[in-house]
Amino acid sequence: MAPAERRPGFSKRAHISIFTSYVFAIVGVLLGVVLLIASFVSPGSFAFARSAATDAVRPAGEASAVTRNSGRSVIDIISGYIAAGSQNAELAEELHLARAKLAEMEAISDENRRLKQLLSLREKDIRPVASARLIGSSPASTRRFALIGAGRKDGVLVGMPVRSATGLVGRVLETGRRTARILLVTDGQSMVPVRRIKGNVTGFAQGQADGTLIVRLIEMGINPLEKGDLLVTSGSGGLYRPNVPVAIVENLTRDGAVARIISDPAATDFVMVEPIWQPMTELDMEPEQ
Amino acid sequence: MPLKGDRLPGQDMFQRRLNRAPSPIIATIVPWISIALSSLVPLSPIIASAPVLPPVSYMLLVAWRLFRPGLLPIWAGAPLGLVDDLFSGQPFGSGVLLWSITMIGLEGLDNWQRDRTFWMDWLIAILLIAAYLAIGHVFTWLAGSVWYPSLMLPQLLLAMLSFPLFTRLVAILDLLRLARVKVLG
Repeated sequence: MAPAERRPGFSKRAHISIFTSYVFAIVGVLLGVVLLIASFVSPGSFAFARSAATDAVRPAGEASAVTRNSGRSVIDIISGYIAAGSQNAELAEELHLARAKLAEMEAISDENRRLKQLLSLREKDIRPVASARLIGSSPASTRRFALIGAGRKDGVLVGMPVRSATGLVGRVLETGRRTARILLVTDGQSMVPVRRIKGNVTGFAQGQADGTLIVRLIEMGINPLEKGDLLVTSGSGGLYRPNVPVAIVENLTRDGAVARIISDPAATDFVMVEPIWQPMTELDMEPEQ
Repeated sequence: MPLKGDRLPGQDMFQRRLNRAPSPIIATIVPWISIALSSLVPLSPIIASAPVLPPVSYMLLVAWRLFRPGLLPIWAGAPLGLVDDLFSGQPFGSGVLLWSITMIGLEGLDNWQRDRTFWMDWLIAILLIAAYLAIGHVFTWLAGSVWYPSLMLPQLLLAMLSFPLFTRLVAILDLLRLARVKVLG
């Protein structure tokens, strides 16, 4: 539909009102430039506004998180019925093997505990600060953020690592009163020190914003990684405690690999916020007994 | 309602009736409210590990502006972009700037070329959305993220195909905007 004729004619008042609205619009552009430059110079400068806004709309996010979880479980139930028979046989087989493995594992962890006692290393149990639902993300942006329904009031602080039951999700970037913004490990700014679970291969995993991570190895030379290798956090540099699963190697590159994250945030009900891991405090601690 | 004389069905749809009249407040705020609410899409049930959704709120702004020109004032880009920046995850100010430029640009386009078909509007929307995504990606890159332009292709494709749906949504909301509500006196 063609818009109606909107020429103001000779009315002075109409001319002035058009002029004013153009002035306001150009002020808007300038405001945008100023805000943008400010957020480039110090990215956290508008955290207060974002946190206040997400705090205000938190109930909507919580409600949609519940919808997501129940929606997924309906699909799971249906596909579960279809695959029930063959899965049952498979699982029974696996259970036999797992029982044997479990006995072995118990013996090994027992031995491990004894050896650690000999070295007078204290086993620190890490208790999560808070557990919360993922209530939002940035689905249209090329940054990868998520929102959780726990904030300062629940003891969440900036920098704390966030994990799900299966693996590392990200770390806390901004905190509101009852919400927090998380930098996911898949964001381009996230850098996680990782190592291969078997063998002594260490490197860094940087996000690529598309659900994969680029792994760069610290030692140059022949690329020892193989497809299907499991990468866990190495704990170097603090922040992330060691041995939390991060990603599985999918493709090899010349000096590293492309890895797919294990803990897909889309398939996570609850995440745990853990305290910041500091390796030094563990060494400084008084040996037990 | 039986047809009488030369009246068309629905012709009196937006006229005043006994105790019922279109509200000027609702007629003004529906575009604002609908665009601001669509900025809350990041809180939807989808937790994305890649940019998969088109920029819904921006598309709704473009749809309102293209199909109901004159409803949103030319300065509407800044406040609505500010609301979007609070939730979108883009660097703060990116929405304020790009939405303001969009509103000014479309005003200029209307002054230059008025008679457009639906197809031309669709093409204009596609070009605007593509530019919006590309510049938005440059901003995130400047803010320290990776440079990865092909990442935007899925959402751009979705945006291109789904834009006519947004024009339908605007049409529905426009009916709602002028609906008769109860008045006293």
